[in-house]
Amino acid sequence: MAEPVVEKTPAEIVSEAHPNKDYHPPELTGEIRTPVVEDGMIIKGVTSAVKPYMAKENIQAQLGFPETLVDNWEAAAVKKLGELLERYKSLQVYLDICVRCGSCTDKCQFYLGSNDPNNMPVARAELLRKVYKRYFTTEGKLFGKMAGAQKLDLKLLGDWYAYFHQCSQCRRCSVFCPYGIDTAEISMAAREIMDSIGLGQKYVNEILGKVHSVGNNLGMNPKALAATLESTEEDLEEETGQKIRLPLDEVGAEVLMVTPSADFFASPHVESLLGYAKVFHQAGISWTFSTAASEAGNFGMFIGSYSQMQKVASRVSDAIREIKPKRLIVGECGHAWRVAYSFWNTLIGPFDMLDPKYPSPQHICEFTLDLVMRGAIKLDKSKNDDYVVTFHDSCNVARGSAMGNEPGGQFTIPRALIKSACNRFVDMDPETICEKTFCCGGGGGLLSDEIMQIRIQGAMPRMQALHKVVESDGVNFMALICAICKAQFTKILPKYGMPVSMAGGVHQLVANAIELGAKA
Amino acid sequence: MTGLTLAFSLFFYVAIDVFLVGMMLKIWKYVSTPAPLKIPQTPAPKTAAGVGFRMFREVVFFRALFRSNKLIWVGGYAFHLGLLFVFAKHLRFFFPATPALVDTLVNIDLYTGFVMLAALTFLFILRLAIDRHKFISVVNDYVLLGLLIAIASTGLLSRFWDSSDTRAMVPHIKEFVGGLFSFSPGPVPTNKLFLIHFSLVMLLLIYFPFSKLVHSVGIFFSPTRNQIDNSRKKRWGPWTVKNPRHSRSQEPVPVSQSLMVSKEPSDS
Repeated sequence: MAEPVVEKTPAEIVSEAHPNKDYHPPELTGEIRTPVVEDGMIIKGVTSAVKPYMAKENIQAQLGFPETLVDNWEAAAVKKLGELLERYKSLQVYLDICVRCGSCTDKCQFYLGSNDPNNMPVARAELLRKVYKRYFTTEGKLFGKMAGAQKLDLKLLGDWYAYFHQCSQCRRCSVFCPYGIDTAEISMAAREIMDSIGLGQKYVNEILGKVHSVGNNLGMNPKALAATLESTEEDLEEETGQKIRLPLDEVGAEVLMVTPSADFFASPHVESLLGYAKVFHQAGISWTFSTAASEAGNFGMFIGSYSQMQKVASRVSDAIREIKPKRLIVGECGHAWRVAYSFWNTLIGPFDMLDPKYPSPQHICEFTLDLVMRGAIKLDKSKNDDYVVTFHDSCNVARGSAMGNEPGGQFTIPRALIKSACNRFVDMDPETICEKTFCCGGGGGLLSDEIMQIRIQGAMPRMQALHKVVESDGVNFMALICAICKAQFTKILPKYGMPVSMAGGVHQLVANAIELGAKA
Repeated sequence: MTGLTLAFSLFFYVAIDVFLVGMMLKIWKYVSTPAPLKIPQTPAPKTAAGVGFRMFREVVFFRALFRSNKLIWVGGYAFHLGLLFVFAKHLRFFFPATPALVDTLVNIDLYTGFVMLAALTFLFILRLAIDRHKFISVVNDYVLLGLLIAIASTGLLSRFWDSSDTRAMVPHIKEFVGGLFSFSPGPVPTNKLFLIHFSLVMLLLIYFPFSKLVHSVGIFFSPTRNQIDNSRKKRWGPWTVKNPRHSRSQEPVPVSQSLMVSKEPSDS
């Protein structure tokens, strides 16, 4: 019986995905090899069919985007690109000045892990630059393909949808580019264009919808949050014999604590939450969570939407107005810290109502380390003697933020805090840490199951570096200060043959080591 | 005035105008496009002096490139350094009496022109030989390298191949160039190598503002390198916003009306 020919809609063509659901990563050797053509490793298009699910109509509508791919998608996309070129110096300059020198080509974890050459940062940017040249430059209009210009057709749009969701916007490429070209800026612009023509990513757009309607990424309503915190308080009292509180919506508290919602109950995130609570308790500083700002994360950044980012961030200013705290502290979350440190002042500042003695906002690691250095809390390192600890610098923290007063504080402060909580600490290969850190592979909105293949591949370089110190130093704990890293590694470590328990928070170590009770 | 002189004088005026106007338009575009968010690639300097130093290290030593890929750094840096010296030596054509420093450079004969040519050839070969670089290259990347190699070759041939003829030509070139700048063009030297070299340079000047060579000015506008990391201390912005939304109780607006951004005057 002949099958009826069903015409695929453009939206279906663009989002049609065939990921390798049984993808298994190669054995770890500890070395990170750059894929080369001769051994057949580079295969053009090998991950072109790894694509995230498309957002449904109601999700798109909730965010004010077209519900599905618009009919005049080519013209609409070009128009949006034109708007963005006038709004963002980064986009305009970076599309113009890339000389295709190739020094970024072997630096992206997604290329190193997937062997797909379109995951080389310059090639990824070219996907957008081709269209820029064709519609906006004399060189592109005159010389066409010779100049690398190309019309935006469905195939290219499909490649945009695939490859701009195989970039976690980690900025590693910009460290190595002679001009600091930031592919994250290009990726954000491409996603913003796609959203504006109705091509949205389900995972990120759904979560943004949850933030607007319920208040946080996980859709935890205020009642559920209150109940969870109460239950966690009971567990804490059982564990420590002390009444350590997890306050919620307490007006007049000194500290407003904004943390990723995963910290409230996910594992191992909640272990860090216990750490925060113990630290505040022992330091005797009044603090509170807020149902208005029950999410530090800001997925608006991932889709390049200034308005979404600002809308999500405005919850924090609502909370400040309600709680009237003196200080604002952010929990262990990577991209949230970038948004908080670099963007909050612009988006929802100034923070005149807060105590100018303290930085606004402040990272929980800055806060806790300061208490440790002043002797306000004491840590017993021996409590973590079961662990040989290493630290994974989260990408947004490393390359998009800072801590303390000196550049590079985001590297030294968490490490100093770890070392004050445990006896044995080892850093991974210097080429893989600090500003050269490899992304966990799940950042930038890539944390969904349907693109697990690229998550596993993107994690490969970090796993190799970790494997090396596991073998050489017996590392059995990788400390993290990012909720996405924690979620990613708990899924990814077992795929690479390593135990889930290796991933944990810095404040998890602090929670183990902190001496509770009467002050010395 | 001979037809040849007229043609080459016009060629010069057109080329220099396209170059100057093109570059000024590009620079204006980069200056006037807003950078609404603080996005320095951290760790980043927290003072303006620090940023100046960071820029200096990039422009003068190509620091990031050195850390990324030593091969490309050798090729790129040698080319640019050679170019700098070659430019300096060309200054002798712009003054009736050659300045002493330029004269010294010319007489030392550092063979910087050869370094430039060798570096360009090296970069051309790299582009073809390394699979990743070949994948990302477009035809115009090779065309540009080819143009530069042709300019360097014809220049070197002019200088070293028939040196007696070249030495005799220098005052004629000075006269021609001087005439161009005083808008009373003298006779163009008829030496074929010179004319080819000159024409290629004019073509490069015309192509320059439309090509990736704008990186020469663009690098200074790269927000990841030229922004100061002081977002907690100093508020970046505020920006005039069409639909200010500081409370989540307001309905979301469609993207076509959404925020952004006419810049307040304070931008750095």
